[in-house]
Amino acid sequence: MSLFPHLTAPPGPTVRAVHDEFHGDLLEVSMGPQHPSTHGVFRMVVTLDGEQIVKLKPVFGYLHRNHEKIAENTSYLSSMPYTDRLDYLCSMSNNWAYALAVEKLGGLTVPDRAQYLRVIMAELTRLVNHSCLVGFLFNDLGTSFTPLLYAFREREKILDLFESLSGSRMMCNYQRFGGCRVDPTPEWLATASALVDNFPKFLDEYETMLSGNEIMLARTQGVGRVAAAQAINAGITGPGLRACGVDYDVRKVDGYGFYPRFDFRVPLGAHGDTYDRYMMRILEMRESVKILQQAFRDLPAGPVMDPKAKLRGFRPKAGEAYGRLEGPKGELGFYLISDGSPNPWRYRVRPPSLINLTLLEEMCLGHTIADAVVILGSIDIVLGEVDR
Amino acid sequence: METLEQIRDRLLARFPAAKIELVVNPGPAAEHSLLLDAAFAPEIATFLHDDEVLRLDYCSNATGIDWPEKEIIDATTKAKTVQPGYLEAVYHLYSMSRKHGPVILRLRTANRSDQVTLPSFTPVWKSCDFQECEIYDLYGIVFAGHPDLRRLLMWHGFKDHPMRRDYVAPDDYEWEPTPHGSVLDRAKVHYPATAPQPETPKP
Repeated sequence: MSLFPHLTAPPGPTVRAVHDEFHGDLLEVSMGPQHPSTHGVFRMVVTLDGEQIVKLKPVFGYLHRNHEKIAENTSYLSSMPYTDRLDYLCSMSNNWAYALAVEKLGGLTVPDRAQYLRVIMAELTRLVNHSCLVGFLFNDLGTSFTPLLYAFREREKILDLFESLSGSRMMCNYQRFGGCRVDPTPEWLATASALVDNFPKFLDEYETMLSGNEIMLARTQGVGRVAAAQAINAGITGPGLRACGVDYDVRKVDGYGFYPRFDFRVPLGAHGDTYDRYMMRILEMRESVKILQQAFRDLPAGPVMDPKAKLRGFRPKAGEAYGRLEGPKGELGFYLISDGSPNPWRYRVRPPSLINLTLLEEMCLGHTIADAVVILGSIDIVLGEVDR
Repeated sequence: METLEQIRDRLLARFPAAKIELVVNPGPAAEHSLLLDAAFAPEIATFLHDDEVLRLDYCSNATGIDWPEKEIIDATTKAKTVQPGYLEAVYHLYSMSRKHGPVILRLRTANRSDQVTLPSFTPVWKSCDFQECEIYDLYGIVFAGHPDLRRLLMWHGFKDHPMRRDYVAPDDYEWEPTPHGSVLDRAKVHYPATAPQPETPKP
């Protein structure tokens, strides 16, 4: 007898027969939380009519540690390393989103060089996230690890850069309110710039292998379609929204950081299906490379921290702020309320991974479980952020 | 985009019986918000969503805040007044078609114990679906009209609402060989002097 029965086993059997007035006899399958293709500890209760999904209920909370409560009991600065652990593939973007919200709350300014460095880090993170996502998507399609291996090869090069700069591959803890923690050396910048220049070659290779793949086309085109109006209403953001043809990119709309200085396009899809969501990632990586090349070209000299910024004992005036940015997975927001004390009164993460799952049921209805796995893979979730 | 005062005046002209208040944000962000009348909130939400000028079709963030009872001491008379506590739901609205925002809406419950029902915005913005479940789970605000209000992050059968300020964490004390500081205090509560003490391993 386990001490915490509610934690070790989900209630009810894994597979059971249910009866529905309309459909007749159905089968309810509990997928997860330890299923390998649910990308972590995500669980969905899928009701099947034959092979077709007639109902899908996502169940969350297996990785819940009440991140928000923990952050409300510590100072502003000590939450910064914890934001790395939200979406552990994109720690640099998470850092920036939190720094953005705190800077808005405290009315802080950021030096030019730090703004450029932030753009560089965020776009490198986007390359890491999107190339891995494509690899994982192909894992879900059944190509055991071959595309992912090539993605991980490129990812490892970028993570080496992050490690040499911040001291950690994945938990970078690099941004601060009012700038960045350390200044990269000229050698670092040269290595990074060379890596970025070589990245399109990898993308071409990757695309030759994957984009026209017959199995890929058969399994993803027309699968998991979402209409634009539906996606807007459900708050889908990021590549999943733009795959439906909605031109909404926070980098363009809010123009946070120095993004208005960069020349880049926002790729848009037309069908809102799994293939378009895949293609959005490939095209966004190409745009990211363009942004990175401009950033390395224009990077100004100067300090990376605002000399007036106070990190320890930082006490913003009473007030509130909502800072958001275009993370690789969608709109990542931090909502902070200060009551003038060293700890935030309210600290809220707007997790794109969780809200992008709102339409999971609608996407999967009428498809098979095998397609649901691919659809979930194309939404791109990280459970550290979903459950917080 | 219109200023928040203009939006408020337009709402008041459209819903004369509703009580709409502008909540000022004193911080440098200066993102002010509208405190809505819970009774009229669903109609106001539909109006903001469908209005030709505003077209707030996207609800980005929905979250709860706990404001416990606060004792306010008047600076001149030294008289103490107790400000009643309440729970608050905050919504950040943007427009994807008009590319503007945010318009921030707030709803407040009457108290923190028995009158904690607020109207749900999920019928208007589906993006509130999971977020309102989360607010219900962590703060205990009950959203009337929500299609599937359930605990999202905590497990079924969990009783309390952990994000409230007065939440007391369960006594999940683990035995330590040399407790000190706050752990020692908890050890004293967990193992009262009369109860049998845990065996200390001999070196």
